[in-house]
Amino acid sequence: MSIKSIDPRVTRENLPEEPDQNPIKELNHWQTYEVFHQTKKGDHHIHVGSLHAPNAEMALILGKEQYARRYQCVNIWVVKSSDIFTSDYDDEDIFETTPEKMYREAGGYKVMDKINKFKKERKGV
Amino acid sequence: MKEIIDFNEIKTEAIKNLLYRLADDQLILGHRNSEWTGLGPILEEDIAFSSMAQDKLGHSQALYQLLHSMGEKDPDTIAFTRKVNEYLCCHLVEYPIGEYDFSLMRHFLFDMSEAIRFNMLSSSSFEPLAKIAKKFKGELKYHTMHAVTWINQLGAGSEESASRIQKSLDKCFPLALGIFEPSKYEETLISEKIFFGEKALQEKWLEAVIPVLKNAGLKIPLLENVKAAYGGREGVHTEYLKPLIDEMTEVYKIDSGAEW
Repeated sequence: MSIKSIDPRVTRENLPEEPDQNPIKELNHWQTYEVFHQTKKGDHHIHVGSLHAPNAEMALILGKEQYARRYQCVNIWVVKSSDIFTSDYDDEDIFETTPEKMYREAGGYKVMDKINKFKKERKGV
Repeated sequence: MKEIIDFNEIKTEAIKNLLYRLADDQLILGHRNSEWTGLGPILEEDIAFSSMAQDKLGHSQALYQLLHSMGEKDPDTIAFTRKVNEYLCCHLVEYPIGEYDFSLMRHFLFDMSEAIRFNMLSSSSFEPLAKIAKKFKGELKYHTMHAVTWINQLGAGSEESASRIQKSLDKCFPLALGIFEPSKYEETLISEKIFFGEKALQEKWLEAVIPVLKNAGLKIPLLENVKAAYGGREGVHTEYLKPLIDEMTEVYKIDSGAEW
């Protein structure tokens, strides 16, 4: 006797071999939105994640519970993911700087000596 | 002297009856809506709806706690050990979750009434209740924003979504009018400035929900053709309440002291 499992991982749904050729109707296209929250008025909005929604209003409503139900939050932004213009990871090397240009980094300034001296003195107090 | 005592007794009775009606609505609908957890139409909505169901349980707990401070049993005992006919919830909250359009329409109609009710109660002469009502304000505002956005979305969606949401409205409307079933304490509640009364609430509710429904392109059922589903506030319930309570109290009945 064979037992037919109802576990979908064991007994797979019989799906047609050829995928449905009918394009999805406009209304069924849900987009991805990126969510940013702000913990205090005046603070930066910080990216907290993404979600699916049919439009910006729904994204805001869903984003509130998704990302702001547990933590302090005063404001959220939602931005369509496709509206974000991004650099390419292939161009990651544009962010590299040569080590000879210490003068361009804060650590290279002469004032660091003064700051360190001040810190040392404070420690002595 | 005797008269004064009797009068205060009636006032206390009236407040307790009001609190039971409010708390039982929140408990039962909170339980119902939580049945969607894990089954919601999409992940994001599943989380939002479940979170709002938890808000409702929180509201019921705050109201049961207030009852407890007035000499009633503790919140768990009140929530889990009463007989079915001792619950004073309205019929709307008892119905099974059905399809998602029904649950959404119920959520819209009920939470709009809650938002107005607790806004009214925030100026209640019974201060502990006014304090609680103010605390609920933010959560209820989000609940109604969520509900209104969905109703607009579905009303303006496809032919199917519009016709389904219309059918749900037709089914929910008489049940929703049952929210406003007057109790025998209406006069006391109104004259003591504890609550403006169910009649006043229903009027404000109609003023609030009708524009939203119209804006979503829905037809409003004619009030004179609709029979409000009364009975819940007197402990007369639909066949759906008992199985819900049996399930809700299952763990409590096995081990009433269980820690979560």
